[in-house]
Amino acid sequence: MTSARLSTLASLRGRIERIETSNEAHPLPRIALGHAGADAMLKGGLAKAAVHEVFAEGHQGASATGFIAGLAGRLAARKPLVWVRQDFSETESGALSMNGLSELGLDPRILVTVRAADIDNALRTTADALACDALGAVIMEVWGESKQLDLVASRKLTLSAQSSGVPALLLRLAATPLPSTAETRWIVRAAHSPPGASWSAWGAPLFDAQLVRNRHGPVGRWIMEWKCDECLFSEPSAYPQPVAAAPAHRSDQAATGAKQRLAS
Amino acid sequence: MAMCKSGEGAQVPRETAPLTRIASNDAIRPLPMGEVKKEIPSVVVIKEHNALVIHSLDDIAARSGLSTGLPLANARAICPELTVYDADEVADAKTLNDIADWCDRFTPLVALDPPYGLFLDITGCAHLFGGEHAMLQIICSALSRRGFAVSGAIAATSVCARTLTRHSSGRIIEDGAEVEAVSPLPISALGADETITKGLRRAGLKTIGDVAARARHEIAARFGAAFTTRLEHALGQGDAPISPRKPLPDYIVEKRFPEPVTTEPMIALTLQNLAKMLVQAMDKQGKGARKLEAGFFRTDGAVRTLAVETGRAVTKPEVIDRLFRERLDALSDPLDPGFGFDLIRLSAGRTEIVVQQQRDLDAHVHDNDELAALIDRIAARIGGKRVVVYLPEDTHIPERAALAAPAQHHLAAASQAAWPARAEGEPPLRPLRLFERPEPIKVPFATVPDGPPHRFTWRRATHQVVRVEGPERIAMEWWQQDGKVLTRDYFRVEDEQGLRFWIFRDGLYDSELIDEDGKPIPANWFVHGLFA
Repeated sequence: MTSARLSTLASLRGRIERIETSNEAHPLPRIALGHAGADAMLKGGLAKAAVHEVFAEGHQGASATGFIAGLAGRLAARKPLVWVRQDFSETESGALSMNGLSELGLDPRILVTVRAADIDNALRTTADALACDALGAVIMEVWGESKQLDLVASRKLTLSAQSSGVPALLLRLAATPLPSTAETRWIVRAAHSPPGASWSAWGAPLFDAQLVRNRHGPVGRWIMEWKCDECLFSEPSAYPQPVAAAPAHRSDQAATGAKQRLAS
Repeated sequence: MAMCKSGEGAQVPRETAPLTRIASNDAIRPLPMGEVKKEIPSVVVIKEHNALVIHSLDDIAARSGLSTGLPLANARAICPELTVYDADEVADAKTLNDIADWCDRFTPLVALDPPYGLFLDITGCAHLFGGEHAMLQIICSALSRRGFAVSGAIAATSVCARTLTRHSSGRIIEDGAEVEAVSPLPISALGADETITKGLRRAGLKTIGDVAARARHEIAARFGAAFTTRLEHALGQGDAPISPRKPLPDYIVEKRFPEPVTTEPMIALTLQNLAKMLVQAMDKQGKGARKLEAGFFRTDGAVRTLAVETGRAVTKPEVIDRLFRERLDALSDPLDPGFGFDLIRLSAGRTEIVVQQQRDLDAHVHDNDELAALIDRIAARIGGKRVVVYLPEDTHIPERAALAAPAQHHLAAASQAAWPARAEGEPPLRPLRLFERPEPIKVPFATVPDGPPHRFTWRRATHQVVRVEGPERIAMEWWQQDGKVLTRDYFRVEDEQGLRFWIFRDGLYDSELIDEDGKPIPANWFVHGLFA
């Protein structure tokens, strides 16, 4: 009798523990981006088993692609990547160039591209790919607003990312952010090259990355430079004056975040 | 010696009148016998040499004295009350193809003999249907029920069987009895050219036996070697192979149902069991399937086949089952059981020998297996051409530098591919996003003729150029292009927002951009890619 009771108690404790760990108590495995300011805000880097969204205006597509390719390069750690792309996105902002990818320091050999005809196919393929733990990351690229990418879809992606530990990166071009279960959400623009003579050589890719949502920490905005040789983000090397506003210091929004999550 | 114990001329010589019209909208549908009144003859006409002539006709029309090839005007004079239909040869061919699909249930070797014949190689198949006689009966009665006029025969050679069907139906000729069977038939049964048939008749040779009695070299001298060969085949002396529509699959398993199945769970269960049987059969010879095909034979004759290809040989029934579930799930027009399927077949079209790999501590092998399995699943759902890997091409032309290849077949090659290495310490020299077709931009007159533009308009937005690098001159491959292809001068430019473009001018100013009189012509500018 007592032993049965004890075992019930133990199993209940186990369940509570599991609920807690899936939320906040247990730190998710994180990968540092390399940019000190961003890593500090993200408490050590991007969570691996989660969904991350990158938004950009239509004409900023290439910058956002570069940024998400950088994130994928950091998160995947030389494991295969699956890039799910909607057909329309290719005509609108160009196909992904393998030479361009290798110029950024990423390996085109580990990339498998899926050309989905529509958003439903893209979502299913992404969910399928996320279940395969041999992958380093899954990137889904979608052009324009879409009804299908709602809270339910995003929740599904989050759950499969959590169970397999494969990060899902959503590249949303020409779209406005909607409520989702993403761990982080970024808005990316291209940043100017450091001032200098018009004929002087330009440098590494520069991103004006704005972290607009962070489930477990504050948000901010940084100018990031992608180091093609080291394959990581960093503070811009030659930037005399900060162009972007200093990161807004907001108190940890864990409490409000929790409320929002309950509401959603 | 392998023997083609067959030749099933399923002919439709008469009664095609209503069929040709119906065939265009449905595969195999019975004749609306009630609609056609018995008294009124009907014919199908086709345009030949600017005149409408009879293409085919029904029994009543034949009794009225009409024949194929007769002009329609003459036919109307003979028989004023005539129902006339236009011939639709495309629909006829489709109907024949559909019947051939249906015949797949008897043997995998079905060959077309246009315009209205089929050959079935039934070697080793007849006993499954209760012997040759019963099999012929089944085929003929099933097709007759659908309203086709059928004439079938079984013989050792295909030409012999076809010759027999031209005259009567239901004959089965034992090996060696061809000469006896074929000899009394008229020359026209051979189906040779009209001029040959007419020539032989004029020579007084009326039956095949008459012709066969003459020395071969006489016939060959007058009518050609092709005709004597045909004659010999018809007499059973030598055989011409038939050319089946589909290659013979390596393994076939099938399940027949006395009571047709209609429900999805039952179909899924059947596929599961068939997958197990197929794997068992392949396993005995250490093979795995690379290409699988499931055929669903409906009771009303319609056949639906679904094919699945895999990147590496499949040896597990669960994998086969899952691939087909994905495929069925993603069909744009779902599998319609109608009144039910009475036969479901699973065949392995291409197999290869599987080398058993020992799982060791090297997880890399395992990872690749999982990735290949994932690619197979995605490809089964959305199509193999939509899952691609890129292979480097040996060319300087930027839009051809990478070749998209189906991931199922080229995964190993892609992971070994040698891409041009980047220069250490350099910023990216090639754009991240590349337009397949360079997009034209509007450029106001550049200050320096060979220089970059100060601003340009692309997609109705004007960009002010702040920073430029270049030019990088890329000459086109003159040894491959036939026409004149211009050299491109590429510039990497950054606009005031920080967006980075890869633009080029098509042509060199002094040498290429001049007209015949030597006057300069304005250059075209394009944006080819976008940098991160």
